Amino acid sequence: MILARVIGNVVATQKNERYHGARIMIVQPINLDGSDRGDPILALDAVDAGEGDRVLVVQEGWSASVAATGRPGAAIDATIVGVVDTIDYES
Amino acid sequence: MRLARVIGRVVATAKNDALVGRKLLCIQPITSDGQPIGKPLIAVDSIGAGAGEIVFWCRGREASYPFLPDVVPSDCTIVGIVDEVHVRGRGRAR
Repeated sequence: MILARVIGNVVATQKNERYHGARIMIVQPINLDGSDRGDPILALDAVDAGEGDRVLVVQEGWSASVAATGRPGAAIDATIVGVVDTIDYES
Repeated sequence: MRLARVIGRVVATAKNDALVGRKLLCIQPITSDGQPIGKPLIAVDSIGAGAGEIVFWCRGREASYPFLPDVVPSDCTIVGIVDEVHVRGRGRAR
């Protein structure tokens, strides 16, 4: 998984039917120290993450689809699967 | 998934049978405030996207799922058309 910060969301009425009812968030991948790492991506929210939250994102389709919709087989490649409270690490 | 703007389309008569009747669109990945980022790609459209629209697309094996039961060889499929992009503290892309 990767760590990321929720920086916004996307509204889309015309979308693949497996996306209906899902919140599409914009997340900025971050390093352990919180600095930006690469470009923002879109990820479906499965844990009621809010803007500014640090989150855990899975970027593999089977897991992303199951976490976001309860079953595999959707065209989803990233889903937020956790809201981070603390990160302890030795750099 | 990632944001992109539809900037064109590709016509290919000789192609994989499963691609027949599918729209092939040129997309330019963009940031959440609309700036181009990275190089254009060719995506299979699954949602009726048109030129100039901001869309989001899915990559990898999952990109073929919108077409099931047809097995379409795609690793980049447009799966949504964006109405609004909200980013904390910055303007909107539309």
